Amino acid sequence: MAHTLPWLILLSPLVSALLVLLFAHRSKALSVALSLAAVFVSLGGSLLAFSKAPESLSTHFTWIDLGPAFQLNIGLKIDDLTKVMLLVVTGIGALVHIYSTVYMEKDEGKSRFFGSLSLFMFSMLGIVLADNLAMMFIFWELVGVSSYLLIGHWFTKESAAAAANKAFLTNRIGDFGFMAGILLVWSITDSLGFAEIAANISKLTNNPTLLTISGLCLFCGAVGKSAQLPLHVWLPDAMEGPTPVSALIHAATMVAAGVYMLARIFFLLEPSALALSVIAWIGATTALFAALLATQQNDIKKILAYSTLSQLGLMVAGIGVGAWGASMFHLFTHAFFKALLFLGSGAIIHALHHEQDIWKMGGLKKTMPKTFWTFAIGTLALTGAPFLAGFFSKDAILLAAYAKNPFIFGFALITSLLTAFYMTRLVVVAFFGKARSDAAKHGHDCPPAMTVPLLILAILSIIAGYPVFAEPIFGHDNFHAAHAATHNTLVPLLAISVFALGTIVAYVLYCGKSKDPIVIRPLANRLYIDEFYSALIAGTQDVLASLSGWLDRYVLDGVLVRGLSAGTWGAGYLFRLLQFGNLQGYAFLFGAGVVALLYLLIK
Amino acid sequence: MLTILLLVPIIGAIALLSGNGDRRMAKLCAAIQAAITLVLWFGYDRTKAGFQFTSASDPLLPGLDLRFALGVDGLSLLLLLLTSIVTLAAFWMAPNVEKRPGLFDACVLLISAGITGAFISQDLFFFYAFHELALIPTFLMIGIWGSGERQSAAWKITIYLALGSIILLIGLVDLFLAIPEANRSFDLEKLQALAGLHIIPVQAQLRPWCFLMVGFGVLVSLFPFHSWAPSGYASAPTPVAMLHAGVLKKFGLYGIIRLVVPLLPDASKQVVFGSWTALDLLLIALLGNILYVGLVTLAQRKLDYIIAYSSVMHMGYIFLGIASLNMIGLSGASLLMFSHGLSVAALFAICGALRDREGSLSLERLGGAAKALPFLGICFTLATFASIGLPGFANFASEVMVFFGAFQNPGNSFIRLATILSLWGVVISAVYMLRAHKSVFLGQPTDSSTKWVDLTGTPRIALGALLTLLLLGGFFPKYFLSYLKPTLEAVLR
Repeated sequence: MAHTLPWLILLSPLVSALLVLLFAHRSKALSVALSLAAVFVSLGGSLLAFSKAPESLSTHFTWIDLGPAFQLNIGLKIDDLTKVMLLVVTGIGALVHIYSTVYMEKDEGKSRFFGSLSLFMFSMLGIVLADNLAMMFIFWELVGVSSYLLIGHWFTKESAAAAANKAFLTNRIGDFGFMAGILLVWSITDSLGFAEIAANISKLTNNPTLLTISGLCLFCGAVGKSAQLPLHVWLPDAMEGPTPVSALIHAATMVAAGVYMLARIFFLLEPSALALSVIAWIGATTALFAALLATQQNDIKKILAYSTLSQLGLMVAGIGVGAWGASMFHLFTHAFFKALLFLGSGAIIHALHHEQDIWKMGGLKKTMPKTFWTFAIGTLALTGAPFLAGFFSKDAILLAAYAKNPFIFGFALITSLLTAFYMTRLVVVAFFGKARSDAAKHGHDCPPAMTVPLLILAILSIIAGYPVFAEPIFGHDNFHAAHAATHNTLVPLLAISVFALGTIVAYVLYCGKSKDPIVIRPLANRLYIDEFYSALIAGTQDVLASLSGWLDRYVLDGVLVRGLSAGTWGAGYLFRLLQFGNLQGYAFLFGAGVVALLYLLIK
Repeated sequence: MLTILLLVPIIGAIALLSGNGDRRMAKLCAAIQAAITLVLWFGYDRTKAGFQFTSASDPLLPGLDLRFALGVDGLSLLLLLLTSIVTLAAFWMAPNVEKRPGLFDACVLLISAGITGAFISQDLFFFYAFHELALIPTFLMIGIWGSGERQSAAWKITIYLALGSIILLIGLVDLFLAIPEANRSFDLEKLQALAGLHIIPVQAQLRPWCFLMVGFGVLVSLFPFHSWAPSGYASAPTPVAMLHAGVLKKFGLYGIIRLVVPLLPDASKQVVFGSWTALDLLLIALLGNILYVGLVTLAQRKLDYIIAYSSVMHMGYIFLGIASLNMIGLSGASLLMFSHGLSVAALFAICGALRDREGSLSLERLGGAAKALPFLGICFTLATFASIGLPGFANFASEVMVFFGAFQNPGNSFIRLATILSLWGVVISAVYMLRAHKSVFLGQPTDSSTKWVDLTGTPRIALGALLTLLLLGGFFPKYFLSYLKPTLEAVLR
């Protein structure tokens, strides 16, 4: 039983995905039913694993077998770290599935949507359960595929198709580093399993340069998947996908996979101070940068997307300052409140007939009360209001940063200030004041299948940070390790002050306004980084490509081939044959000639 | 059994040429071929190395060990499976031709017979001769039924491949003469048994190595000998593009694994000029395939050229696997020959189906085709995923092995660098394939596309079979590798 459990958790969404995409796609109801059944089997399995399974359990299937020298395994492992992720992925996954049944109700591609959602669940659970780097990479890529399919769900829309490509390709760049890192680690330690690498870690630590390089290469994978600078550009565009997808994949789970991966290989990063500080700085810069950009966005999903970037940056910075436990804790709480916020925004978008501009909302507090209250709880949890989930987990990262590096701490603190500011701006503009469009006047709460998940997530966003709730999930030791930093009253006090400051300033600035009083164009335009990348690609890759294309056409093919061949005996002979002007006659002669030549040579 | 396998398409072709039979008979021949192949596949004993189902004539020439001998081992059986499946799919995806349909189908059968013969010949002479047999109808078909600039494409591919064949022939003779007289044989099994004996003096290995690598290289479109391929494939009729890019091209790689790897194992370490070894030069050439041709692919604006160039690019990975000269790399290379063959055949099949509907394949004129052609759209998506090496497809399993194999050369930092650079190729191929996929199938449907009719009936099964096999190989590479393992171990001994 214990050994079939992880397989059950992993494979039930795969079975559902295959059944839906291959056979059941004609019936929307059946597709939804299969997909829901699969996610609940996985959820049930995860709960069972959580309560029963031994501390660490692993089981495997050999995927590639070339004898003892080389085997790639699909190996599943359940330990404390896995359990946290399993609960997050299947729990939020189940809620998003339920929510989607209504959100995607009238969509003609509903079956395809649920099929892809199941494929995503399978891929994500594969990352979570992987006991070795190769398997993690396999599912890493598969997660990229399902994300590609879901972002591009409305594929006749040019922008959605472009966003899907952008997401996939940006991730591929990160995966290039990831794979290089895997090759390096494998060539040095001769192993791919996390446990085996840990056992052979001395082979790596003997060579500090290679250790740092392989650590940073692996980190590249996380930079792509968790959308850290400079590969962050895909995540805001990924909001082209249906909103439940944004909640599940681009907020709670897939983008967090990078952080999970870093926590998993932390033993490999820890010996290299250089690698850790690079990670800390990239994380902290991303956190601050994305928070700045979020203050000037007007699309509700874009604000949340930049907020996700920013929070992921905090988690990565947490890894960089050595507090992987704190990062995982924040990943855990963030998954709830960010999924809540996205699903809440989805409820608004649904009710307002696809209106996403917050300046065309307003007054939703009255027309959509359930959405408002849950959204407000999510906002407070995210901004670090005292006694909600985000407060505890962010505090853990802040404490660790404070102990390690004052600059990182400073970045994180300013990020918190900005977070309180942009989220309050969002809530005040969208929910308070008067309705600024017809659609907003007719806002209404959505059916229970959409509001109940909001309610559940709101409760979780309140309680997830308390030891009573979080301690059994993380395990006693790990939970306290997350709070290892010395007890310090200054840090929480500072955190509460920036929260209050950000909230109050934003409230004062935005309350009752009908258009943005502050316009900072560079921030609204993402600091022109996307444009810069486009120019960079056009200036390097595209130029190189057309140059090579020209070279191939006119030099290699034109001059070289014809020139060379004309000069040789063989071609001269063949060209004379050309005079026949009859391909069939030539072909016969050619065949006969070859046979004759061979015969002569052998003779 | 193997003789029947070879005779079926030949008899079919003769019947068609003499004016009897039609497409249905050709399909029947392909189906019989496929059925026999499956019997062989499941009847083959995977635990043994060496050739099975052998049959041989008496020596044909006095004093020479030259026989008409047939047999298959794991490697040739895998390629035989590829041949039969692609032939089957090629017939079901073939367009209806008005100009001399009998000759058209006969040519396809002859190509298939030639490739089959090359892969199941256990004799060096027939191994070479059957390949030539497959080339001739290829040239004819491009010249007669090709699209675009078919005449010039046909001549270019003819002259180029003829030259390649001649260089290959010189190489084969040179290799044959380099083997000490006592061990000389035309029997591939006997030649393979010489692996690991270092029977050819180290210094004498370089010259035949060069001839063979250039000769085979031309046939496989190794950079810089690749420029026949794109225009040839782009103007070739669908079945030819599928069979040549998918299967016939693998002949060169098959030859390298069969002859060069076991008989000339030390050549690659020899210095050619300056401080460049033969292996270094091969690595530069294959990087040319992966990076340079990859970039050239990016510059293409027509779907058929993109797929044609991408198939040239992917040869680089197979060469990388071979260059690693170890079990992991060679297994990856062999499996990649199989998986690339399936995926490129599927891509060319869909490409042909689009050409039948639109006429032009330039990306600007296409768009939103998935709306009108959902089935072809899904197949193209899956084939794209396979081609850019996503897990779940055999291509990924193979490429992963190629990378691990190439990287497992601790003494050689250049091959490791080449591996990392080749990894970047995976990014490039994703860029051009997804870009093409988006411009053709996604976005707003074009006006003309709304009238299109999706693929129906048996062709769906044919295309589906290619993709299913790719998925099987992706999920259970172990099964396919179990066929290859004993053979490759013998080659590398």
